[in-house]
Amino acid sequence: MTDHAVIASTEARTLRSYAYDPKFRGIFYQVLTLLIVLVVGWWIFDNTTENLARSGTASGYGFLRGRAGFDIGQSLIAYTSDSTYGRAIVVGFLNTMLVAILGIFTATVVGFIIGLGRLSRNWLIAKLCTLYVEIFRNIPVLLIIFFWYKGVLDSLPQVRDSIALPFNIFLNNRGLAFPNPIWGEGAWLIPVAFLVGVVATIVVARWARQRQAATGKQFHTIWTGTGLIIGLPILAFLIMGAPLTFDSPIAGRFNMTGGARILPEFVALYVALSLYTASFIAEVIRAGIRGVAKGQSEAAFALGLQPSHTTRLVVVPQAMRIIIPPLTSQYLNLTKNSSLGVAIGFPELFSTTSTTLNQTGQAVEAISIMLTVYLAISIATSIFMNWFNAKMALVER
Amino acid sequence: MKKTLLSAAIGAAVLGFASAASAATLDNVKAKGFVQCGVNTGLAGFAAPDSAGNWTGFDVDYCKAVAAAVFGDASKVKYTPTTAQSRFTALQSGEVDLLARNTTWTISRDTSLGLNFRYVNYYDGQGFMIPKSLNVKSALELSGAAVCVQSGTTTELNLADYFKSNNLQYNPVVFEKLEEVNAAYQAGRCDVYTTDQSGLYSLRLSLSNPDDHIILPEIISKEPLGPAVRQGDDQWFDIVTWAGYAMVQAEDFGITQKNLEEMKNSTNPDIRRFLGVEKDTKIGTDLGLTNEWAYNIIKNVGNYGEVFERNIGANTPLKIQRGLNALWSKGGLQYAPPVR
Amino acid sequence: MNTQNLSYVRSDMLNAQPAPISTRTVSGWVRTNLLATPKDTVLTLLAVVLLIWALPGILDWLFFNAVWSGSDRSACTTVAQGGIQPEGWKGACWAFVGDRFQQFMFGRYPLDERWRPMLVAALFVVLLVPLLVPKLPRKGLTALLFFVVFPVVAFFLLHGGVLGLEEVETPLWGGLMVTLILSFVGIAVSLPVGILLALGRRSKMPVIRMLCVGFIEIIRGVPLISVLFMANVMLPLFLPTGWTIDNFLRALVGVAIFASAYMAEVIRGGLQAIPKGQTEGSESLGLSYWQTMRLVILPQAIKLVIPGIVNTFIGLFKDTSLVSIIGMFDLLGIVRLNFTDTTWITPVTPITGLIFAGFIFWLFCFGMSRYSAFMERHLDTSHKR
Repeated sequence: MTDHAVIASTEARTLRSYAYDPKFRGIFYQVLTLLIVLVVGWWIFDNTTENLARSGTASGYGFLRGRAGFDIGQSLIAYTSDSTYGRAIVVGFLNTMLVAILGIFTATVVGFIIGLGRLSRNWLIAKLCTLYVEIFRNIPVLLIIFFWYKGVLDSLPQVRDSIALPFNIFLNNRGLAFPNPIWGEGAWLIPVAFLVGVVATIVVARWARQRQAATGKQFHTIWTGTGLIIGLPILAFLIMGAPLTFDSPIAGRFNMTGGARILPEFVALYVALSLYTASFIAEVIRAGIRGVAKGQSEAAFALGLQPSHTTRLVVVPQAMRIIIPPLTSQYLNLTKNSSLGVAIGFPELFSTTSTTLNQTGQAVEAISIMLTVYLAISIATSIFMNWFNAKMALVER
Repeated sequence: MKKTLLSAAIGAAVLGFASAASAATLDNVKAKGFVQCGVNTGLAGFAAPDSAGNWTGFDVDYCKAVAAAVFGDASKVKYTPTTAQSRFTALQSGEVDLLARNTTWTISRDTSLGLNFRYVNYYDGQGFMIPKSLNVKSALELSGAAVCVQSGTTTELNLADYFKSNNLQYNPVVFEKLEEVNAAYQAGRCDVYTTDQSGLYSLRLSLSNPDDHIILPEIISKEPLGPAVRQGDDQWFDIVTWAGYAMVQAEDFGITQKNLEEMKNSTNPDIRRFLGVEKDTKIGTDLGLTNEWAYNIIKNVGNYGEVFERNIGANTPLKIQRGLNALWSKGGLQYAPPVR
Repeated sequence: MNTQNLSYVRSDMLNAQPAPISTRTVSGWVRTNLLATPKDTVLTLLAVVLLIWALPGILDWLFFNAVWSGSDRSACTTVAQGGIQPEGWKGACWAFVGDRFQQFMFGRYPLDERWRPMLVAALFVVLLVPLLVPKLPRKGLTALLFFVVFPVVAFFLLHGGVLGLEEVETPLWGGLMVTLILSFVGIAVSLPVGILLALGRRSKMPVIRMLCVGFIEIIRGVPLISVLFMANVMLPLFLPTGWTIDNFLRALVGVAIFASAYMAEVIRGGLQAIPKGQTEGSESLGLSYWQTMRLVILPQAIKLVIPGIVNTFIGLFKDTSLVSIIGMFDLLGIVRLNFTDTTWITPVTPITGLIFAGFIFWLFCFGMSRYSAFMERHLDTSHKR
């Protein structure tokens, strides 16, 4: 073998070895993927701009400042048909958040009860809870929404035959009409008193914990706290001479006029989302509690802790660590599912955005706003829950 | 050109099928052999599929007229059912060649949405339907009522404006789909139902007791409904527009499906030109069609009056009077520019 | 020493004693399972009261008062509403479901051609059963038939236009048929795509990892309805002029994209649970990346997350009902379409239709979850103590 041949073969090997070099191949694949994604992305962008330009559609977000011209049935902030499109979208966003927050609260409470119920030693309770979970988990949430909506609409009477409940509350197929509280002079003291009550409770709780740590004596923080938080505002209310009047609903020619009203669309969406999500939360809770090793509660019993204390101080804190991550995704699911309100005409984010889209024809802009808001909600919730999770995580010593 | 080639190549690779590059709509339509027509998802009398899936209705006949003008064959149409949401993007993106879907001609749709309107095939106006039992005689008595309306329509805007300008209160009950609005009205979720009057007549039919509901006399808006095409293709725009005018003109001339062949022998030069039997006429070829275009429309679809009576007129369940849609010579608004 | 002399070792076994009376009898069972503590007693009483209060009404409505036969709305309405039922009658209108059953299954598919979806359904069952029963052999061949050959055959059978079959366009498809097609395609597409996305997310290549993370998180961050809406309204804008994509295909794309993102996260969970030693071990044996994944990592990872995968399938199956919002007639869509049909319009029709649709959905989802539990036990190769 001559020297030439040796050099040639080394060169050949280095050339071929490029193809087998993982680093080089990695870069090659990445560049290739990036290229494909960029080209496809550019292709889509190019088509869209061409389609829009050819048809002469205006673009940009300027339309948000235009007059909306349509009315919205339920709004948390002042809104009329003279408001802007931007405000209409905000109204939708707030309605989404309202359903989401109330739904999350209710679903958690119901889910917790059902989840614990499934673990109960009481045969009947456990079976009933299992039945609940197996029914609601296996039916589409949209169907449950319709079920409640049609159920609510069908079973409630027409507005002229409203069911009159005590305190001037009326129930009919247009919703629940109830007296609207109108606060008079001096009502500001009540929320102030409430805040004072909350702060005082926190102070008392801290003091009680320190005292228990130091002396072992227990203090009934719960009763004191409840007294402070509820009692102080009532006291303030009475001191200021009960500055409260009610605007009661009265049967008008068509509708109840006056008063405040809860729309059936809202109730249907809220109840359906809560019950549906509760069945998933129940399973999360059950898995969490069963995930705590049996030795933990046995050890607690051996130390002489009562069952309620064992649950509260030993089992639940440990179960929380298993529960929180899946619970977060259930909360996010509920928030995203609230977009199904559009199917029954509840003015949430998806619904108002899509109306805006129809009125202005700005499809790309309107959808991009909607997607961004949902993404922002998801990311914000994830960040918060990650922080909460880190706080609850096991501190290794 | 290079761009088109590249995008076509990538497109073919990504989605696995090739397609015609963008060209004049007429050439495109001729090449694929049918007109792609955007219609309503289902509005009795205007556009609705029967149980066998065949589309019929006033708007559907418009699609057929365009197909007859282009191909001489009214069956060369494919229908794309569009919702209030998807109708404009369907047209903008070129998914459909024309939109014949009771769409109101407004200035903003004409300008910023990139649509073109010219011919109005149905002059409509927004009205109110209400149960007889409520004993309402005028829309001005509606203060405090709950009103059912479809979202994303001009109707929704007119409603807000009307109640505002008359200082009336109302609760909007809004749904995206017509069927949902319908169901809500039937369930008593709202007192009043508002949409275009033609729509009200159509919807009243689908109620369990049509006679229990009345349509109030007030018309609160102008709703000129007409076919729309994309901006930027004047030839196609002309064809779609004149297909409509041809039907109106035919009624004006007294040409019907029945007497069409006799009319060919008419001595009236206007009629002879219209039907393409005059020797030197080139109206049809100037449109990019054959000179028998108008003849084909009448032969396949009929004149405006025939189309109206067949789909929505007095002998149909909808029982709509001609009203504004009578010929100009009979006190209506249907008026075709001269065909010469 | 002689063990036989030790008196404290029993030389013959005693007969088994019956269980203590307190746990054996009915009353014993009741005492331990229903009335163990005062709190339990109260709870049991409450539950019994609830059952007595609700159950008779529900049963009456569903069965005893229900109408089982009839040809139009008069069967299910009271005299005042123009029907034959006595005043105050309330019950399910199963006659409506019976009358519209075919439509609920096939939508507006032409009557004469309905043997085609039925044949597809039969093929589906014939191919699915050997896949599901663990004992039957030739899984590979069946899977190939099921996931590759069957969709092609099914497409041509349903759509027609070849071999003298009449063409049936997708707008005519509907009912349970559409629900099943959407779910099947969603499942068949989301599993491989989900695996690729999950591998991409754990890849060492930053560009690929970022793209996968971006895709997964964006899709998971928005509601399915917005993805479907995008697919329905925006897709035509993204394509060159004149390209049309069938509405049905658009919904399929939307559902598949959505399911893939969720599937990727489930599979990633499985991948993370596999110890690093597995990868290192197979690398030291000289396996390539794809061999390592295919032969060592994925089989273990997927087995770990079978419950999660089936849960995603169940979620997907339920989520297909959302296509009714974008104007397609799946099972829920077609049931809702009938609410405004004058032939059957009655106060009880909507709720009856919804209960029927809910029951069908429930049947499929519950079946899937039971099967998943069965497979979990069957595949569990860990050593039980």
